[in-house]
Amino acid sequence: MEIEIDIKEIRTLVTAIKTNYGFDFGEYALSSFKRRLSRILEVYKFENMQKLTDRVATDKPFYELFLKEVTVNTTEMFRDPSFWKKMKESVFPLVKDFPVIRIWHSACSSGEEVYSMAIALKEAGLYDKARIFASDINEDVIAKALEGKYPARNMELNGFNYEKYEGPKKLNNYFKTNGDYAYMDLDLLKNVTFKKFDLVQGDQFQRFDIILCRNVLIYFNLPLQDQVIAKFAKCMSLGGFLAVGSKETIAWCKSAENFSTFSLEEKIYQKKI
Amino acid sequence: MNNFKAVVIGGSAGSFPLVVKILSSLPKDYPFPVFLALHRLKHIRNGFVEALSIKSNIPVIEPHDKQQIKPGIAYLAPSNYHMYVELGNTIALSTEEMVKYSRPSIDLTFDTASYVYKDKMVGVIVSGANTDGADGIRKSKERGAYTIAQNPDEATIKTMPDAAIKAAQMDHILTIDEICKFLVSIKP
Ligand SMILES: C[S@@+](CC[C@H](N)C(=O)[O-])C[C@H]1O[C@@H](n2cnc3c(N)ncnc32)[C@H](O)[C@@H]1O
Repeated sequence: MEIEIDIKEIRTLVTAIKTNYGFDFGEYALSSFKRRLSRILEVYKFENMQKLTDRVATDKPFYELFLKEVTVNTTEMFRDPSFWKKMKESVFPLVKDFPVIRIWHSACSSGEEVYSMAIALKEAGLYDKARIFASDINEDVIAKALEGKYPARNMELNGFNYEKYEGPKKLNNYFKTNGDYAYMDLDLLKNVTFKKFDLVQGDQFQRFDIILCRNVLIYFNLPLQDQVIAKFAKCMSLGGFLAVGSKETIAWCKSAENFSTFSLEEKIYQKKI
Repeated sequence: MNNFKAVVIGGSAGSFPLVVKILSSLPKDYPFPVFLALHRLKHIRNGFVEALSIKSNIPVIEPHDKQQIKPGIAYLAPSNYHMYVELGNTIALSTEEMVKYSRPSIDLTFDTASYVYKDKMVGVIVSGANTDGADGIRKSKERGAYTIAQNPDEATIKTMPDAAIKAAQMDHILTIDEICKFLVSIKP
């Protein structure tokens, strides 16, 4: 039987984490945060929220584990093929003459998005001048991205997306399958740097021409979304591109004033000049 | 019946004609938001909203994350996202793992909606091919929601309403015509 979680119990947990570790979940979107808590209660067999809160507050290694468990890491290669098509057809032509193209995947999860970008750049003949920075709050998924080893069964969907993206090759040009796993061509990571980075508390001082922040803002409340978008605005070149998920929008954020809409359909914004 | 705040409808891709029928029977100034958690053909992002809109009297939209909830609008769970009702009268989307092979998941929309609306919610499960929705409607019922399943004898695919009826004591088991009538009759 699933335990019904009360909002007050969630607040108590959030306060305990803030007091003990300084991380603030207070602006995470409640419904999905609550769902993740339900899952943790079930998987780690806690009788109630009080027990979970006590454990998180007193056991640092468990807190680290908790951090990884509350994040949602689902991802795909070429997720939303029409978005990638737009990148290829409309964004790449505008950056192709830059001496260096600086790209940031700000919530890269297990790396599928990064490999997609690398492949798209390669096919456009732009990979060599690209410097790709990829980060996530969860170190475990970064390790997966670096390894480039994915369940072979995922490659069907990834390949299907690549086809809809109308890539010139076949996705399996970029990986080898061995048993249950597909191993990505690690050459694709030649110009990629991975780093743990927290979008809520971190500050980024490099400048980027393209920032991808897809399907992570949905886990935040509007004020936190706004704060993150404002940070992006500060570390982008003028005319730089910011892409969010296909069902996310920055329209309700105050910091949207720093951007104009480049593609409403694919949620690509451009830093105002 | 009155004192309601929201209507939530769950069904599979095959329930499309039923949902069209429901939407075409609601009046223009329908006083509730209608949440549509419908299974979709995988990775087909476009076309569904347009098709539902043609005969609907109220606007049908695929909400963006954190979109404000308003009465008289039907919110269709977007392809490849779960749709949640968030506290503070907004919708939240999520890419969490599939539940019962489904994203959008009917269970999750019902779970989050009933957590917010409690006994002010009407939940309806129509025709569908798997048991998604059963857990959601059970939780909704436990939180006091008013629950309806389409009469399995009438449903083209019975699995979904059958599972719902098994999971919880429904307030009503109705034909589609009766469901339409009921949804029109309820008041805020
Ligand atoms: C659903 S995945 C999105 C992956 C990819 N961008 C995509 O669209 O397919 C969300 C990622 O955001 C990360 N995340 C959550 N909170 C974060 C934070 N505060 N800072 C950085 N990353 C965060 C999670 O660890 C997770 O890997």
